[in-house]
Amino acid sequence: MEHFFSLFVRSIFVDNMIFAFFLGMCSYLAVSKNVKTALGLGVAVTFVEIITLPVNYLLQTKVLGPDCLVPGVDLSFLSFILFIAVIAGIVQLVEMIVEKFSPALYNSLGIFLPLIAVNCAIMGASLFMQQRIGLDPSNTQAITNFGDAIAYALGSGIGWGLAIVCLAAIREKMAYSDVPKPLKGLGITFITVGLMAMAFMCFSGLTI
Amino acid sequence: MSLFSKKNKEVFTAPLGKNNPVTVQVLGICSALAVTAQLKPAIVMGLSVTIIVALSNLVISLLRNTIPNRVRIIIQLVVVAALVTIVSEVLKAFAYDVSVQLSVYIGLIITNCILMGRLEAFAMSNGPWESLLDGLGNGLGYAKILVIVAFLRELFGSGCLFGYRVIPQWCYDHGYLDNGLMLMPPMALIIVGCIIWWQRAHNKDLQEQ
Amino acid sequence: MNTNKNSYTFIYASIVVIIVAFLLAFVSSALHSRQQKNIDLDKMKQVLASLNVRNVKDAEAAYKQYIVSEQLLSADGSVATSTQPYQMGEKGGDKGCAFLCTTADILDKRPVFVASVDGQTKYVFPLYGNGLWGPIWGYVSLNADRQTVYGVYFSHASETPGLGAEITNYEKFQVPFGGKHVMKDGSVALSVVKNGNVKDAEFEINGLSGATFTSKGVSDMLQKDLSAYAAFLGVESNQ
Repeated sequence: MEHFFSLFVRSIFVDNMIFAFFLGMCSYLAVSKNVKTALGLGVAVTFVEIITLPVNYLLQTKVLGPDCLVPGVDLSFLSFILFIAVIAGIVQLVEMIVEKFSPALYNSLGIFLPLIAVNCAIMGASLFMQQRIGLDPSNTQAITNFGDAIAYALGSGIGWGLAIVCLAAIREKMAYSDVPKPLKGLGITFITVGLMAMAFMCFSGLTI
Repeated sequence: MSLFSKKNKEVFTAPLGKNNPVTVQVLGICSALAVTAQLKPAIVMGLSVTIIVALSNLVISLLRNTIPNRVRIIIQLVVVAALVTIVSEVLKAFAYDVSVQLSVYIGLIITNCILMGRLEAFAMSNGPWESLLDGLGNGLGYAKILVIVAFLRELFGSGCLFGYRVIPQWCYDHGYLDNGLMLMPPMALIIVGCIIWWQRAHNKDLQEQ
Repeated sequence: MNTNKNSYTFIYASIVVIIVAFLLAFVSSALHSRQQKNIDLDKMKQVLASLNVRNVKDAEAAYKQYIVSEQLLSADGSVATSTQPYQMGEKGGDKGCAFLCTTADILDKRPVFVASVDGQTKYVFPLYGNGLWGPIWGYVSLNADRQTVYGVYFSHASETPGLGAEITNYEKFQVPFGGKHVMKDGSVALSVVKNGNVKDAEFEINGLSGATFTSKGVSDMLQKDLSAYAAFLGVESNQ
């Protein structure tokens, strides 16, 4: 249980998808203009993460790993294709569900809902999970069972959501400030994210 | 139509400068930042992406009239994922130490927005030769930014280039210190921000209102 | 042709998947032995690096030259299994018993690489632990007296460049381990302490400034893994 919480908190603050690994930057920069849509996307990403990561965990441990299906056969070369297929399939499913039950949210997310499929944060989490399965159980980053996979999915999704909401809040205020012309828009956003990442660096070494 | 007509040249050169995928189209930022602490992995990453964008553009462009519209995205993803897997296997076999350094970022080329962006915007509606050129141009435009960022970070962060010391010892003897912060994630973002600043200061029509 | 028909979509997708699967299976099986060889060569280089044999061109030949045998020890320090060192073969190769051990096996199986450098017997022990960001690992080699350190090698997955990552720095961090003693009163005393706080130079190493967690990780790793060999290290070698 302790490991579960430690993994969860660490993946929000220390191993933050945006500030430590820069994953999911494209939609992060594009959708962070106002807090409301940012929050919507953050929730959607977290949701997709919570479903895809455990599914991919089961795939990796029950099908793809060495000696899983047939002894002596290592199918891990198929992992990229299967992971992305699972992600694309589930995003499609989520899109249909959201369209059916909440047309308002569907309209506000627009094109960015299907684009979650190519959000690096989702694929990245699955690939990091694949690496972390082999770690020593004493390591706070190790993913040793299904529960850990859920904790990691939840943590990295929330971490990504937190990062995008923070940036959107700053950008809403920044609209009123006098930024040099060439730096306006993209340039200053990059530098802001850099400064935020520096602030998040002080969480490194955080242990529970 | 000749192979190197003016239009085709434009297709190839625009992404290197005015229409750069990283600094103007804002695509593929994720890996651009993460692998740039040293020059060598940055160059390998740039080349891998160039090869994958060019080949997937070519394949999709050849298939573009046969692909069923409803499963378009999935087919594109499958083609890209297959190419990425092949590149990753080849790197593991022939450049083991670089593949260890790049770790998950090779797999993440699949979700690199440059790929899906170019496939959707260009390869689905243009012929194979133009698509190949467009892929090469965009890949090299991406590689260019990677190399600039990695050059600055490795030089000021560890005083080395390609792992060889270039800042002479007497500088250190007179109190020069490597800036460790350059090697940390935040500085990659700030350097890219400054490159965008520089580019837009020279190119007024790129500025945002 | 109507490309939006269900049957067409289905057949198209199936054909693409089959072609891709065959292509990937072919590439993977064609390159597999080469990839495995790379992984093995990397491990050999690490073992050799702890014996202060660095920058070798042909790791396989150097490994055969220096490593005499590979052993697994039982808890009382006696040799449980002893095999020939790694033999490179066409398909994967014939691995010695210590080489086959994964990092999870260190505490139970106690693998040792027995080496001979300029006629002197050396023992190489694998290590595995946690740094600040991710796993760290390494090898430590002891002299024939099983007491003094001959050389060390450390590496890491993702420590901070310029700070924790400096554990890989040969001159700055790894050379000072040479000549230190391991055991004191039956327990492992070799440790890394905060920079500038060395009290007992026989056992302690200065840590890296600015990398407290990584230095502590190295120290914990030495304590944990070398303790498994306590019985073996306690007896003087009769050679």
